[in-house]
Amino acid sequence: METVELLIIGAGPAGLCAAISAVSSGAKVMLVDRNDTLGGQLIKQTHMFFGSEKQYAATRGTDITKILLAEIEKYKENIKIYKNTTALGMYEDGVVTLARNDKYIKVKPKAIIVATGASEKVLAFPNNDLPGIYGAGAVQTLMNVYGVKPGNKVLMVGAGNIGLIVSYQLMQAGVKVEAIIDAAPEIGGYLVHASKIRRLGVPIYTSHIVKEAIGLDYLEKAVLIEVDEKWQKVRGTEKEIDVDVMCISVGLTPLTELLMQKGCEVKYVPELGGLVPTRNENYETSIDNIFVAGDVSGVEEASAAMVEGYLAGLCAADKIGFRHDDFKKLKKDYIEQLHSLRAGPESDKIRGGIAKIERRAQDV
Amino acid sequence: MKAELRIKNHPILEFKKEKILKFKFEEKDYEGYEGETIAVALHASGVKVLGRSEVKNRPRGFYCAIGNCSSCLMIVNGEPNVRTCVVQLEEGMKIERQEGKGELLWKL
Repeated sequence: METVELLIIGAGPAGLCAAISAVSSGAKVMLVDRNDTLGGQLIKQTHMFFGSEKQYAATRGTDITKILLAEIEKYKENIKIYKNTTALGMYEDGVVTLARNDKYIKVKPKAIIVATGASEKVLAFPNNDLPGIYGAGAVQTLMNVYGVKPGNKVLMVGAGNIGLIVSYQLMQAGVKVEAIIDAAPEIGGYLVHASKIRRLGVPIYTSHIVKEAIGLDYLEKAVLIEVDEKWQKVRGTEKEIDVDVMCISVGLTPLTELLMQKGCEVKYVPELGGLVPTRNENYETSIDNIFVAGDVSGVEEASAAMVEGYLAGLCAADKIGFRHDDFKKLKKDYIEQLHSLRAGPESDKIRGGIAKIERRAQDV
Repeated sequence: MKAELRIKNHPILEFKKEKILKFKFEEKDYEGYEGETIAVALHASGVKVLGRSEVKNRPRGFYCAIGNCSSCLMIVNGEPNVRTCVVQLEEGMKIERQEGKGELLWKL
């Protein structure tokens, strides 16, 4: 059994920021990630971030990873980093089990921050399992991390920000995007992205869905169909397009398995991507000393995940006896940053979702 | 197919492809680069079908590419259920398509 003060599961934007925040408060941290590289999904995000300077706006995700890792490096004597390590279970007696390079490890931390992120949703239509149909994140990983195109002709399904940004990245990689479709009557992502893509000649069809995918062993064609205002298929509006890739960009769902095993309260909140843990303003769940940060606590953008990480790291360290000298000032600042990131009308859904999971604030 | 899927010029990114690794897929010779995952090396070589499903024998390719969805499970050096989208390619690996659940190497 290894003794640990604070265990952080997941070293993406939320987990890295939580680690930085907790060690700078004086806590000793164990940071585990199942991958070989740290940074989570930041490492494939080549676009420049929105938000304000505090969340590294106008910096590319790939560069933000380097900034955060340089910060982690400063505290390396107090952070034990375990890569290639999968958290297997969280048990009633406080033990967490890990698998590291085929070794089974047990740890008993005083507090845990779960920052496991989210996984890509799938979409239901006939033949939706054909090879050639990939999640938008998979397409980003393939092109932006490994330099390999997903194929030659792409149908993008979903006109939210991810769908629009990945479409642009596909064009940067020299791949033809045949069309972008969305079931909703309006484009979900920022219009600045949509206009940029339209100017490059890619049609965006709203009120369109995939009727079916066609192919024997892999995707060869996609059949689109229009939907009316009641989301019903309009007969006779089918369009067949030749594509070898369909990129599914219909959102993410939080990876809450560990929290559910532990018994943390979760609620189904579609605005936040599915089952999400309830938590207080410190990002502590219904179970004492179990904190969350990032997409696992509700799917948003990496900017919010980083601030949530800083906040959860600060509060988790405080909970186990390591209060940062500027605790009150920092906490207020992180909460204000989250408010401002979620202030716009495009964040209505997020705010509504958070209202459903936020537990009554504790006195701090 | 092989050459054209690798990105040669990119406005923002540079891809270091230095050491070539040789491996076998379904007993045929293939090549990939060090630092790539098995699924990426196969995809770049034009291999899209990584296995077959348990019940209906449907073709399976990767879906999430980050080790979540289990759609890319293959047999690697005789070991089934390897998540090829997150496991790095190694020199001399023997990779096979997996049909169904695969057989465990060890018995209780």
